[in-house]
Amino acid sequence: MSEDIIAISGINPRQCMKCGKCSATCPAFEEMDIHPHQFASMVVEGRIDELLASESIWKCLSCFACVERCPRSVEPAKLIEAVRVSVLRERGGSFLSPDEIPAKLDPELPSQAIAAAFRKYRK
Amino acid sequence: MQRIGVFVCWCGSNIAATVDVDAVVEAVKNEPGVCHAQNYQYMCSEAGQGLIKNAIKEHNLTGIVVCSCSPRMHEATFRKTAEQAGLNPYMVEIANIREHCSWIHKDKKEATEKAVILARAAIAKVNLNTPLRPGESMVTKRALVIGGGIAGIQSALDIADAGYPVDIVEKSPTIGGKMAQLDKTFPTLDCAACILTPKMVEAAQHPNINIYSYSEVEAVTGFVGNFDVKIKKKARFVDEKKCTGCAVCTAKCPSRKGGNEFNCNLDNRGAIYIPFAQAVPNVACIDSTRCIHFKTGKCGICEKSCSAGAVNFDQKDEIIEQKYGAIVVATGFQISDVTKFDEFQYTKHPDVITSLELERIMNAAGPTKGTLLRMSNKEHPKDIVFIQCVGSRGNTCRDKTYCSKICCMYTAKHAMLIREKYPDVNVHVFYIDVRTPGKNFDEFYRRAVEQYNVDYIKGMVGKVWENEEGRLTVQGVDLLSNRRIMLDTDMVVLAAAIEPSEGVRNIATMLTASIDTNDFLTEAHPKLRPVESPTAGVFLSGVCQGPKDIPETVSQAGAAAVKVVGLLAKDKLVTSPCTANANELMCNGCSTCERVCPYGAIDYIDKEVNDHGKREVRRIARVNSALCHGCGACTVACPSGAMDLQGFSNRQIMAEVDAICK
Amino acid sequence: MTYSYFPGCTLKTKAKDLDDFGKKSAEALGITLEEVQDWQCCGAVYPLAADEIATKLSSVRALAYAKEKSQPLVTICSACHHVIKRVNNDMQSKEDIRTRVNNYLGLDEAYNGETEVIHYLEMLRDKIGFDELKKKVVNPLKGRKIAAYYGCMLLRPNKEMQFDDPENPTIMEDFIRAIGAEPILYAFRNECCGGYMTMNDKALASKMADKVVNSAKIKGAGEIITACPLCLYNLKENSKGDLPVYYFTELLAEALGVK
Repeated sequence: MSEDIIAISGINPRQCMKCGKCSATCPAFEEMDIHPHQFASMVVEGRIDELLASESIWKCLSCFACVERCPRSVEPAKLIEAVRVSVLRERGGSFLSPDEIPAKLDPELPSQAIAAAFRKYRK
Repeated sequence: MQRIGVFVCWCGSNIAATVDVDAVVEAVKNEPGVCHAQNYQYMCSEAGQGLIKNAIKEHNLTGIVVCSCSPRMHEATFRKTAEQAGLNPYMVEIANIREHCSWIHKDKKEATEKAVILARAAIAKVNLNTPLRPGESMVTKRALVIGGGIAGIQSALDIADAGYPVDIVEKSPTIGGKMAQLDKTFPTLDCAACILTPKMVEAAQHPNINIYSYSEVEAVTGFVGNFDVKIKKKARFVDEKKCTGCAVCTAKCPSRKGGNEFNCNLDNRGAIYIPFAQAVPNVACIDSTRCIHFKTGKCGICEKSCSAGAVNFDQKDEIIEQKYGAIVVATGFQISDVTKFDEFQYTKHPDVITSLELERIMNAAGPTKGTLLRMSNKEHPKDIVFIQCVGSRGNTCRDKTYCSKICCMYTAKHAMLIREKYPDVNVHVFYIDVRTPGKNFDEFYRRAVEQYNVDYIKGMVGKVWENEEGRLTVQGVDLLSNRRIMLDTDMVVLAAAIEPSEGVRNIATMLTASIDTNDFLTEAHPKLRPVESPTAGVFLSGVCQGPKDIPETVSQAGAAAVKVVGLLAKDKLVTSPCTANANELMCNGCSTCERVCPYGAIDYIDKEVNDHGKREVRRIARVNSALCHGCGACTVACPSGAMDLQGFSNRQIMAEVDAICK
Repeated sequence: MTYSYFPGCTLKTKAKDLDDFGKKSAEALGITLEEVQDWQCCGAVYPLAADEIATKLSSVRALAYAKEKSQPLVTICSACHHVIKRVNNDMQSKEDIRTRVNNYLGLDEAYNGETEVIHYLEMLRDKIGFDELKKKVVNPLKGRKIAAYYGCMLLRPNKEMQFDDPENPTIMEDFIRAIGAEPILYAFRNECCGGYMTMNDKALASKMADKVVNSAKIKGAGEIITACPLCLYNLKENSKGDLPVYYFTELLAEALGVK
């Protein structure tokens, strides 16, 4: 529901003026099926199911470039995070499973990466 | 005992739809002093005013209450009505049952209740009203214009043409302002200098205009019709009367490391300089912070090379005191700080420039003599990217909340001029919306798209960086095709937000003129009094009031001039009788009121008073009613209750409060 | 001067250098860093969702510890700094979060965001001063051209981090000057390196790391420094660019002669 996303993110997506600064600055733009600027209008339109199923929520790097540069304080990363946690909070909803981890490790990989991956991608 | 009439207006459905006007009449009919009450559809109409006049005569009324819109709207109307019926105009009170009641309430019962309460308060006040007589003050028939850009020049010319003397105070060494820096002007593409410089010369030669260049307003006291202004004429170390503007000194000056402000610091100027060839006055000026003579006591080359003997290192700042009847603020604008937006690399790369810098580059008198060149390597560019809305229309700490209004049009102009002069250069414009409301404006923008093939991309730019080839890569988005755009380009031009000139706060404070959260000066009414400040005698011209282009600025400058002329044409002004007064017997001379008075209207005298038969000399506050604005600050600050405001006495206010709390 | 110190998981495992050199340098500068007792992982990402509580608890425990000692809390890892600083802001300014966290933790004394959280670099700039640091350098890194990589976490969001100008920062360049080297400015110093993607999408992480390294390289950098273990890993392991990448503390230790 739009209301849930708005409540979790603490963001009013109607502040968006559709300038596209977020998408212009996003380093993961090319990897995304739904682009950052679309999140604001899709939350307003109530197209939450499409967002929940989107690849983009797993591609967002939480680099805060869109948060910093958004001229309208919409800060799309917060909307994206709200959609992502909505998926994670559903039982079983996840992107990364613990069984996959060993194969991804290498001797130099910082533990921070694993902690972050779990926070971000798996409840 | 007063004989009071109450007149309740419907204001069509504005009031009557939310307030039961019959019930209001019924409720106030028996209030103390009321001997007549009625309602009517439009009290301000001629018929409505007729009703009031008849009732005054018929019922021999001594005071009236009109329950209607805000007193800002129609208090003057109803005072005049009362006067025509032989009543003192200060025996009229307005109960604002529209803005304060019907417009802000939905529930009719609640609104009606509140309307009755507001009416009762006004009735309680009228019961204590006394007839007041306005005073008179003289008008000094001379105007001051602060700022010598196109707004100030136009206002000054119009006032001067009407026959009144005008002084222009301009802080830089020449008049001309921002328009002098522009190359061409939209939507006709005529050369800015060609249309501006004749006006500058006209102002300089006009018998009624006196220009104080390189000068600033230091202090303003007084009031409408009678302002006393101190102007600081900064030392330019060149005798204005002797200098012929030959510019020999400016060419010979060896101190050339400092930036040339007129060219947006894209090149340098000497310490002695004339800002540009058509400067008015065409007189050199020494920048003492850069002059070798002022630093070391040596050099003096300008002095030696001046055949007119105009250089004078001993010149001092001069204070000029002058009286004015009216003041026009025309302080203009500046480009906002784009260094906060360094994702565009403005501070890092010389090929990232602002639009005003591009104006100078395109101008024949500019740093590149009008040839479009990259500032980094002085080579001809192949691609140029324009970025719109840099710092406008946002709500974060680095943005302005407003649209700067002129950028869409000047960018279309730049794009077209470049494509016209250099057809090999590709021009791309990243925009959010293209806003072109204005005569022939949209047609102008369409020409850029359709005839000049300017590439308009709907979307913002996120980042600019220098790439391997030493060119700039622009990363943006095309929202219409939902695609990432990567463009390699040679120059990036930022359409930076415009903001009121630095120092406008200081001037507004001196004039007690109000400014908004963006530091634009506030108009007395956004629609009906757009060129007047709420402070009487202060008028607004140009961008100091809000973003606008040249045609709009010139129109507003003319409008402000008409208001000034209307004021100066009067020999005397009526002054409000609602001023403060000290009760001699209660005043203990403590100076509290003097300290809170924002208009400097209070001083003290030693006066002999007779206090219950005891004669003694006391220090007592005295109010200069010509200076008093009736703000009431002193009445609330006075610890002994000696200060009172005519027409708003403490007793009257308390009676209103009592009526509301009853 | 004595400060509480939060090392974080990575500094105890893969980023031992960042920790060791940080502590040694602090000692050389006359500063004692007291490790927070029984600290727990900060969680590595700040929970952006406005209603998250549990993921903020470990940060609050460390913050409350420093409060008890009446010491500022020093961090080195960018991620830890980001998380702890923002959780601290929440504890100061968001009543709802403050109440719920305190109810949950049941500390002897409620924690209301009293602790000052400073990054090691801020400690150098604001508590010691770069001029002072310069005086203590025994082995200035003359002639080395160093590109500072800020990444995301230290700078953004600026209204919370208050670390430096988010688009045009200077603190690391000033640091580089203080240790006698020449800072190299390049456009991607404050763009994301893609480190978070390293487990799921190595190709993307590698593409983004390349962009950063190349951007520094074309400006003439000979090496890169960073405060973030994940950035270091990504710029080093995933980039095809061949610039050496160091923790800033390693170069600091070298300049102070304690490496």
